Amino acid sequence: MKSLRRAPQSLWVTLTVAALAGVMSLVSEPFASSDNIFNVSRNFAFIGLIALGQTAVIATGGIDLSVGSVMGLAGIVTGLVLGSGQPLVLAAAAGLACALLCGVVNGALVGYLRLSPFVVTLGMLSIARSLALVISNNRMVHDFGPDEDLLLGLGGGRFLGLANPVWLLLVAALGAAAWFRYSRLARHVLAVGGNEVSARLAGVPVARVRLTVYVLSSLLAGASAILMIGWLGAVTNALGQGYELRVIASAVIGGANLMGGEGGAFGAVAGAALIELIRNSLLLLGVDPYWQGAFVGGSIVVAMLVERVRRTGR
Amino acid sequence: MLELKSVGMRFGAVEALLDVDLEVGAGEVVGLMGDNGAGKSTLLKIVAGNFAPTSGRVLWGGADVDLSPLSARELGIEAVYQDLALCDNLSAAANVFLGRELSRRLLGILPVLDHAAMRRRSTELFEELGSDTRADDLVRRMSGGQRQAVAIARARLSSPRLMLLDEPTAAISVRQIAEVLELIRGLKEQGVGILLVSHRMSDVFAVADRIVVLRRGRKVADKPTAESSPEEVTALITGAIEAA
Repeated sequence: MKSLRRAPQSLWVTLTVAALAGVMSLVSEPFASSDNIFNVSRNFAFIGLIALGQTAVIATGGIDLSVGSVMGLAGIVTGLVLGSGQPLVLAAAAGLACALLCGVVNGALVGYLRLSPFVVTLGMLSIARSLALVISNNRMVHDFGPDEDLLLGLGGGRFLGLANPVWLLLVAALGAAAWFRYSRLARHVLAVGGNEVSARLAGVPVARVRLTVYVLSSLLAGASAILMIGWLGAVTNALGQGYELRVIASAVIGGANLMGGEGGAFGAVAGAALIELIRNSLLLLGVDPYWQGAFVGGSIVVAMLVERVRRTGR
Repeated sequence: MLELKSVGMRFGAVEALLDVDLEVGAGEVVGLMGDNGAGKSTLLKIVAGNFAPTSGRVLWGGADVDLSPLSARELGIEAVYQDLALCDNLSAAANVFLGRELSRRLLGILPVLDHAAMRRRSTELFEELGSDTRADDLVRRMSGGQRQAVAIARARLSSPRLMLLDEPTAAISVRQIAEVLELIRGLKEQGVGILLVSHRMSDVFAVADRIVVLRRGRKVADKPTAESSPEEVTALITGAIEAA
């Protein structure tokens, strides 16, 4: 029993995903269809990608509430630059640059000025969303200029039976897993989240570590937004609205500890998969979609309770 | 090795230290005792470079030095603080190497953490210290004695010549205290000088070569442990005896 308790949370979540998928394939015929699997996997890829960055932020003991709004801003900017006839590379660079800027502001305020991550990123949640409104003048962008097909192919296409965003998530997750295990920066991320004073005494550049995780989180939100507008074929300033909850839920369900010092790449992906699976299952079982928020929110609370039970065992 | 000459420290109107002389040689364990507020912590912080004394001289190897936390480290002075400053969520090896992680180059370019080398070196350090601490264990699951070993191993990593130990036996069990005292003897054998601040009379008498007693910022005794007794030191600390 003791060794079970010590198993990482990502393992538990993966088992839950497998169990839920097993039950669903028995009770619902359309669940196991290749179309449905394709859709579920693509939908969680967008969230999973951002959850990887969020996990790093949470591992420092911080939180990034602004990811949904950063998606909106980066998506709008990318769409408008494309629409003005520029190539995709340039448009994506512009979108990512906006995301980078948001991340730098968040990270500098939290890292160097030591402001509360909750307040700083809550401010950015409002600022970035407002900027998206200002820049787009509240219009939907669906004319993506000469590189439109390239964008739609990137976000909406498939390769070897998997949606392109899923491939990107797989690559990013493997990269992130290696990063968590082998990079000095990730070690410092965990140290800052574990005991900031100790990290500072040991010579860890605490402020720079904080800055970096917020920048990573914003950049991943920007990248996810670019893929997403390619899938949707249009972008409004509401892109990513409310996603912060699903992203944070993914990270926390996957074992990132809001007190800092814990978190991993596979947990974030498994958490995102679980949330999307719950949403999909409710849909297929004919539950009123209005209930989705209750179930997603409830799953966060349950994950925290499970974590508490595990913690008392060690 | 370390010499303080008539060092004084004044915080506004408060004289925290007055005219204190102190010497610590290589392989010598000096026990620093005194009541709360007697100036022990202030003295320790001066040696660690956290405070610059307002009067007097600090000498290292016979030469005057201006200590800062960084320059103290460079000279070979390492402090192990009472609250230990470890990251509970990381392994023993990760804590020992925190801030100075070893890395190797993957395919000749990509720098990656060299877990094997850090584990090996930490294990060696724990063995040298005679501790049963395992490199891969999380600090969260360790006993007080093992934590102390991790903190000391971290300080040992840079092969210091003088170690400042602040209350290393506070808040740990009797069995673990014996372990920590063993660690201190091990360091002494390897020629490391130790300035030990402790409230526990029996610990100081067990390992110290010399005992220095501070009272209200003044040094009231400085004599070989063998020539003193717990009763005398208690009297010196409380002021029942003026000086010895």
